[in-house]
Amino acid sequence: MKREVYLDHAATTPLDPRVKEVMLEYLEDKFANPSSFHSQGKEVKDAMQDARFQIAGVLSCRPDEILFTSGGTESDNLAILGYARKNKSAGKHIITSKIEHHAVLEAVIYLEKKEGFEVTYLEPDRDGLVSAQQVEQALRKDTILVSIMYANNEIGTILPIAEIGNMIQKWRRDHNRPELVFHTDACQAAGYLDLNVEKLHVDMLTLNGSKIYGPKGVGLLYARRGLKLQPLQFGGAQERGLRPGTENTAGIIGLAKALELAQKSAKKEVERLTSLRDSLISGIQKRVSKTRLNGHATQRLANNVNISFMDIEGEALLLYLDAEGIAASTGSACTSASLDPSHVILALGLPYEVAHGSIRFSLGKITTQEDIDYVLQALPPLVEKLRSISPVSVDEKYFN
Amino acid sequence: MKNLGPLVPLAWTKSTSTDKAHLAESKKGKGGDVSSRDKSKSWFYTDVVKEHFFNPQNFIKGEVDESQFNAIGKVGSPACGDELRVWLRVDPETEKIQEFKWKTFGCGSAIASTSITSVMVTENGGMTLDEAREIKPQDIMERLGGLPERKFHCSVLCDKALRDAINDYYRRTDQFDKIIKESSRIIDPVSKVTDSDIEEAVLDGAHTLELVQQKTKVGLGNPGCLPAVEELIRFYKEKYFG
Repeated sequence: MKREVYLDHAATTPLDPRVKEVMLEYLEDKFANPSSFHSQGKEVKDAMQDARFQIAGVLSCRPDEILFTSGGTESDNLAILGYARKNKSAGKHIITSKIEHHAVLEAVIYLEKKEGFEVTYLEPDRDGLVSAQQVEQALRKDTILVSIMYANNEIGTILPIAEIGNMIQKWRRDHNRPELVFHTDACQAAGYLDLNVEKLHVDMLTLNGSKIYGPKGVGLLYARRGLKLQPLQFGGAQERGLRPGTENTAGIIGLAKALELAQKSAKKEVERLTSLRDSLISGIQKRVSKTRLNGHATQRLANNVNISFMDIEGEALLLYLDAEGIAASTGSACTSASLDPSHVILALGLPYEVAHGSIRFSLGKITTQEDIDYVLQALPPLVEKLRSISPVSVDEKYFN
Repeated sequence: MKNLGPLVPLAWTKSTSTDKAHLAESKKGKGGDVSSRDKSKSWFYTDVVKEHFFNPQNFIKGEVDESQFNAIGKVGSPACGDELRVWLRVDPETEKIQEFKWKTFGCGSAIASTSITSVMVTENGGMTLDEAREIKPQDIMERLGGLPERKFHCSVLCDKALRDAINDYYRRTDQFDKIIKESSRIIDPVSKVTDSDIEEAVLDGAHTLELVQQKTKVGLGNPGCLPAVEELIRFYKEKYFG
């Protein structure tokens, strides 16, 4: 029987009803502008401050180190453009990796092309890992910013952020370079990994609501106290002038609730999803020949499965899956504005045809063993059908 | 949850003029059959495209016995996301195409456009090679009821493979005078950009000189060729986008 199976949680998650519940009040009755000088405004402002305190608790930071934004992309942009522009007199070198989200990559490319910065793009290994040693080797006297993601959105590999952060802290001391800071995009990590900024040794950290069963259109940037940023927009004193504009109050309150719930359920959910994830991976490997698991086998987000099906094109398989009620996502970008396949899979040193055949299944709270069984039963004939009309045969050295 | 209301995909407003009925049909669907990776754009496939995608016609399953055919064509490579091979059986008397078999590595539109082409050239007793050679991307598109603008390159691939096979037939039958080389002409000797590179760029949505230059680097070190480039952009825009 046909089911609806949503396996695209890395793209976005459904809104948790408990989050919706706390948000509704601030969309309806408590609509006042938190900057307004009356009791209704103050009430909303207080609620927003509570949200800030709540989040600070999860991140182990001070409330005034949190800047609310419109989402992950804005937070990444503010971290990179905002920090680089404000601190360029201290140096114009930036280090990042080739597998970052475009919100990071395109921001550093802009700085490189238009504003005279130099950027080192670190190559990950075959599993998508970038080591602290690699970062250290790339550090220079004029490096001001390192941005490495916490967990990759396409292949799910978890990067050693605490190690990299620790190394950077030490380097900063040894070389007397207080201007050198470390940013991480933790959008995919929230709800699965520890977000304690002290333990991670990060100076800036990006989070958003739409991956943690919270609202879309809201995110935050943790920026360590004392760190100087140049705003991207102008016109108000909100968020200390670093992010002017009337606050998305319901969104911010929803984000705090979502983060609280996500961290509360993290341990159990990681356990449950890891087992579902591994049953999907091993089930596919058992039932479908000629595949490759992209990303690290164990240092991997509990909800991420990314597999290349050799000899076929990802989008075609995606449409066949969709017809069976299964919502997944392609790693290949045949459908995007560029014909280039996933920059992440290519950065792993894999050829175009392997990248073109990649599919990401990302699990979540609503995923059950029945869903996984349904996928395992629906998927193999679809792959076979597409393979039977394909003239391509990918070299077996790329299977695993 | 299926019905998200009246979404009119932008791509369609330009690329199709023929089939309003399917457009109305498409609007009923959810957020589009295909969407870009950043989910900022979505496109619909027509019912004809879907039919040929889910039930492709005339493809060869498994191993190919090439002795059954007298012409072979190939275009593309998996590196660029699409590869297409076709095998023809041409009646030597009438030079009509009796069979058009194919295999493809490609997205939904590549599969559907190849399938419909196989039907077009073999229906009603089959097209002659001369007739088949005249098939233009627009003809394939029309039969499909349109493709998203981004997907134009798929059907272009398909008519190219067909012409490659037709040349192969003439080669095998020693009719060398009938072989038409699809040679591309170098427009900018500095960047080695050819007219087909510019064609490809226009098909990819680069409709201004600036955008074509971003894609191809044509004329960056040789501004003298730019008037010719602009001429070609106009030509291909006209050809594909009317």
